[in-house]
Amino acid sequence: MEELIKILEEVRPDLDFASETSLIDGGILDSFDIITIVGEFNDAFDIEINVADLLPENFNSAAAMWELVQKLKNA
Amino acid sequence: MYINVLEMLEDNVRDNPDRVALRDENESITYKELYERARSIAGYILAHTGVESGLAATTHLPKPVAVCIDRDIRSIILFFGIVYSGNFYVPIDVNMPKERIDTIFADLKPMMILSSAGQTIEGLDVTDYEKAVCSDADEDVLSVIRTNHIDTNPLYAIYTSGSTGKPKGVLISHRSVIDLVEQFAITFPFPDNLNFGNQAPFDFDVSVKDIYDALYNHGTVTVIPKALFSMPLKLIEYINENDINTMIWAVSAMRIVENFKTFSQIQTDRPKLIMFSGEIMPVKVLNYWKENVPGAVYVNLYGPTEITCNCSYYIIDREYAVDEALPIGVPFRNTQILLLDPESGTPITESGKEGEICVRGSSLALGYYGAPDKTAESFAASPLTDKYPERIYHTGDLGYYGDDGLLRFTSRKDYQIKHMGHRIELGEIEVAVCAIDYIDAAVCVFDKVREKIVLFYQTGEGADVFATDKELERDIVKKISLKLQKFMWPNVYKRYDRLPLNKNGKIDRVYLASKL
Repeated sequence: MEELIKILEEVRPDLDFASETSLIDGGILDSFDIITIVGEFNDAFDIEINVADLLPENFNSAAAMWELVQKLKNA
Repeated sequence: MYINVLEMLEDNVRDNPDRVALRDENESITYKELYERARSIAGYILAHTGVESGLAATTHLPKPVAVCIDRDIRSIILFFGIVYSGNFYVPIDVNMPKERIDTIFADLKPMMILSSAGQTIEGLDVTDYEKAVCSDADEDVLSVIRTNHIDTNPLYAIYTSGSTGKPKGVLISHRSVIDLVEQFAITFPFPDNLNFGNQAPFDFDVSVKDIYDALYNHGTVTVIPKALFSMPLKLIEYINENDINTMIWAVSAMRIVENFKTFSQIQTDRPKLIMFSGEIMPVKVLNYWKENVPGAVYVNLYGPTEITCNCSYYIIDREYAVDEALPIGVPFRNTQILLLDPESGTPITESGKEGEICVRGSSLALGYYGAPDKTAESFAASPLTDKYPERIYHTGDLGYYGDDGLLRFTSRKDYQIKHMGHRIELGEIEVAVCAIDYIDAAVCVFDKVREKIVLFYQTGEGADVFATDKELERDIVKKISLKLQKFMWPNVYKRYDRLPLNKNGKIDRVYLASKL
């Protein structure tokens, strides 16, 4: 989870990822952030995030993203 | 012949009053409702700003009214309200850094600030849509305003990045927008039951095409929520559910769909006309769309805000290989493009020779608002004649004609870049970084391959309070975020004890670019 937060903070140094819970629904992350984040996650965790995983509920918070990463790692 | 964009709206009110004009996530309104609400808003504006009467009314000149925009149709209704009041609108994104908004307003001095969804700006008086729309319009006053209207009056101003650190307000007339939509209607096969899927925010001139093409061709504008552009599956679902058949999108938005191979999970056959602009369209992305949405006509559009959206187009009429560059095509009817030789300043008339793309015609902006020097620099006298005043706009883009007679873009003459669909002056970033007290010098270079803005900087006194470069860079981001929008923040930071100088004593950009 620490590594994940670190990646997120590199992409958006202006945000506090520990507290945000509506990153997508609130329009805080834009499409370019998502592209970058997905690319970084795929490399760092050796996973393949599919377009079907790109749902607001999977990216609204750092915790939700961590859950998605875990799910894909164990798949 | 139209002389006011409102005449297009009123034709729709007469011919198809109950057709849906505008739709977003929350509401939709018909042409008749749009007409009524816009006039009510005009009533509110006029009641609070006043209007000339008698002979003074014949000397009326439109003044700026700012609109705090969102991804909603109320922003557009406010635009039309402002036009009915005899003024011009200026879309403002309140998510911009406060300092940037202050800089714009110091230049603009808007008569009034309206908001579409309760947005506020610290220290400024903002009136919300809900309040403005409850007014009554005085029909006689509106009619006098219309009688005195001429088509060279400004319709809107859109602010764009300025190299000296100050944004520039590009001022566009009714005439230019009417010309734009007339030529689009002649040139492109707009489908029946025309429904635009609006992607561009309203402070981008790409959205001007959605709004006024819909009006001219009796269509609908469907505003697509911003969040969907991060969630491409939902985006295509939205296109299907809303029967969107026409798209005028930024290249970057189309890339996202390709990036995630979205069509492997969901298909669409709704779009019939897909136009794109803003930056160079990678053929790989275009081919992905063409393979998966084969029923659509694809158009490459080219042009800067200063010539009212686009000056040339290319309807894709053959297959392109991934290593081929798409042409930007031919000028629109009623537009002339001159390719000026950088040495002699005279028009190039042979293929294969590179020159600066310059534009003549009704599409030219009135100028940069409140910036006569900047205006004179870019909208200069034409080299074709000195017998009468003839302006051309210098785009700063370089291009050449292929043997097929089609124009092709090559690069920029200056330090303007296109990044994440935004037009950015690297100079504006440098000004913001250099304003930080512990920065001695800084230059930005755009890494085209990785699509990253790279900042090379040199620190001075005060930089030693930061234990690491990482900490220092974080502080730079914090400080520039007060002035610059997110897409302007550098993506890569390189610290130098001494930035290298060239033989003229200036920071050596060429050397630094070679270090990427």
